[in-house]
Amino acid sequence: MGTVAMKIDGKNVTADEGKTILQAALAAGIDIPHMCYLEQLEPYGACRLCMVEVTANKRTRMVASCAYPVKEGLEVKTDSEALRKVRKLLVELLWPLAPELAEKYGITASRFSNDHTDCSMCGKCVRYCSEIKKKEVLYFKGRGIEREIAAVPELVSECVYCQECFKECNGGLILKQAGMPWA
Amino acid sequence: MSKLKSPGELEALRHEIQSKRGAKQMITVCSGTGCLACGAVELTAAFIREIEKKELAHKVEVRPTGCHGFCERGPIVVILPQKICYLRASVEDVAEIVEKTLIKGELVDRLLYEDPETGKRIRYVDDIPFYKHQQRILLAGNVLIDPTNIWDYLAVGGYAALAKALFESTPEEIIDIVKESGLRGRGGGGFPTGVKWETTRNASAKPKYAIVNADEGDPGAYMDRSLLEGNPHGIIEGLIIGAYAIGANEGFIYVRREYPLACKNTRIAIEQAREYGFLGTDILGSGFDFDISVHHGAGAFVSGESSALMNAIEGRVGEPRPKYVHTSVKGLWDKPSCLNNVETWANIPFIVTKGAGWFKRMGTPGSTGTKIFSLVGKVNNTGLVEVPMGMSIRDIIFKIGAGIPGNKKFKAVQTGGPSGGVLPEKLLDLPVDFDELTKAGSMMGSGGMIVMDEDTCMVDTARYYIDFLAHESCGKCVPCREGLRQMLKILNRITRGEGTMEDIGLLEELCSVIKVASLCGLGQSSVNPVMSVLKYFGKEVEAHVKDKRCPAGVCKNLIAFHIDPEKCKGCGLCAKNCPANAITKTADKVHVIDQDLCIKCGLCISVCPEKFRAVEKVPAFQFQNAV
Repeated sequence: MGTVAMKIDGKNVTADEGKTILQAALAAGIDIPHMCYLEQLEPYGACRLCMVEVTANKRTRMVASCAYPVKEGLEVKTDSEALRKVRKLLVELLWPLAPELAEKYGITASRFSNDHTDCSMCGKCVRYCSEIKKKEVLYFKGRGIEREIAAVPELVSECVYCQECFKECNGGLILKQAGMPWA
Repeated sequence: MSKLKSPGELEALRHEIQSKRGAKQMITVCSGTGCLACGAVELTAAFIREIEKKELAHKVEVRPTGCHGFCERGPIVVILPQKICYLRASVEDVAEIVEKTLIKGELVDRLLYEDPETGKRIRYVDDIPFYKHQQRILLAGNVLIDPTNIWDYLAVGGYAALAKALFESTPEEIIDIVKESGLRGRGGGGFPTGVKWETTRNASAKPKYAIVNADEGDPGAYMDRSLLEGNPHGIIEGLIIGAYAIGANEGFIYVRREYPLACKNTRIAIEQAREYGFLGTDILGSGFDFDISVHHGAGAFVSGESSALMNAIEGRVGEPRPKYVHTSVKGLWDKPSCLNNVETWANIPFIVTKGAGWFKRMGTPGSTGTKIFSLVGKVNNTGLVEVPMGMSIRDIIFKIGAGIPGNKKFKAVQTGGPSGGVLPEKLLDLPVDFDELTKAGSMMGSGGMIVMDEDTCMVDTARYYIDFLAHESCGKCVPCREGLRQMLKILNRITRGEGTMEDIGLLEELCSVIKVASLCGLGQSSVNPVMSVLKYFGKEVEAHVKDKRCPAGVCKNLIAFHIDPEKCKGCGLCAKNCPANAITKTADKVHVIDQDLCIKCGLCISVCPEKFRAVEKVPAFQFQNAV
């Protein structure tokens, strides 16, 4: 597999084909905010904090860098007014689950009433359980605004010995998830 | 029936069917879902009994067909070859229809369409204004064919396009014809179909898949359902041609289980197509192999999104995935997959038979062909209409739909389902065309067209769509899930009269972010209902926020019911019907509503006799101090 050359924030970056922009950027020491990304897992594209602007064939658009494959000659901007607008609003929507980014952008309160959940639904636990452990103990229950993390009761005994997903959870919130046997 | 092994055998069978059938008279009974609910099964059975009783079976055939489209007046009976159209026919009318029309050649006047202006009865189906202004190409088969009988489809030229494609064209030539025709995806996006096919054809990975998206889920839309129920072979034929063009040997029809009749007719049609050799190995002796599996959707709206649909076929949860590599290159099981909507596939046999030039002559330069719309809501003639692209919305609603019932005023039309927007009166002359609708802040979508009159509150409409989407989104990405959650909260506040001007600003900000940051098309377009309401009905939104008033009198927290003591004659109908016992008679023998008990159901308004009209809706704040 070959490598491709591209520009991230004006810096020349080479990356292996098949990698994503986020992986290439992190490897080159360029930070892009992210929450649902985990190196061992398939790209998921849910938190949208990692959105960047890419220019290819003279067309610029906003994409999730965790899922967008690297391409020869791609120009990537990881920060702009438009990107900041998106990220700031996402921080408010996720309030208070992205404290570092909130601090970076000087956000001290959300304009929304976030009484919904203490979970960002990044799905790292569900995906880790399925992709790495091949267990499928955890799953997403319901859809839309009723989406929540749940465990298959018949399978939760597996968790006693594993609990590997706990450390992947942003702040260990999975421990507090209502309905979980270990809550 | 043994498999047909060549185009010659197909044509021989066609002639055999046509000559066997001869020139019989025919009673077609619309048996689409709407008419079935109005008694089409009983009606068909009654016709068959009557024809047998009168010993006419040798010269009259009774045929249950697909949806005729004029759903407002079902069940619909059309007598061929004269094309005499009887509306709202019932079992009681059967004997008279047979006796008068089929035996004596007379008409049953009361069942004919009555022109609302002139009062004149209209005899023939093509002269009824609802049909007269349409151009029915895709729906033409529906009214002639019993969808469970492949012979009916063959009799009207079915599968001739397939034979032509397989024996007279290369796959590349088919793709060129489709590209040349200008056909664009009918599912909503409007992507050029031929270009999509070419991408899949050129993708190197194998195998490839051809898929029908029949997961139609927009509120008020039923175009795809009617096509699949009424003429499934048309879609199957289109799919086989497409599969040949892109190089696929396996196909899927993803149809939602909420469409039981479509599921059933599709299954029957596939079995028949296999039996006759249109599916399976060595189709018509061409050496091309292709077969179709049916996948039943389990009820999630978001599964209509291409990558979610493919996840669902793979047996996973129907959730969209990032598509920076198109599904036409990396789709089902990561293989090149060509997904088109039902109506798109249905166009293919016509384009192959009649040519790209014929197709392009219909519609506008950017949006060629016809489009089926389901015209519903506050419109006189509810139903399925097929018109050339470029017809104005005004013509569709007022010429075909015969305007708004009850002398009410037109207020808005919602196109494109939850991903579309509302268009106000000043845009009535907009042509229906992919690009024009998008420019106006709505979209073609799959073809839902919901007409709203002056009694519709646009804030409540936006709230309805956001509520729908907030529950039908998959909930995977943050902007869509959390953004819609907050939009719904804000819209609920506004309809309760608790909104602030900051809320409107917040809505605008949410719209702009959800639109660019969401993972899939559902999220990105979910803001259209709100953005279009803010754009075209901003004053109405402000009335809710600033004046705590719902001008259309819909939002319950903002209205109160009041009996005008001058007009009330004390008849007591309102008090008798009030489910909350909120109405009492005063010493002056007039009625008065106790605002604390009133549940605002509006029954008092509807029962108050027309001659008194004593009950009125007033802004709720008029009572807030008094109570």
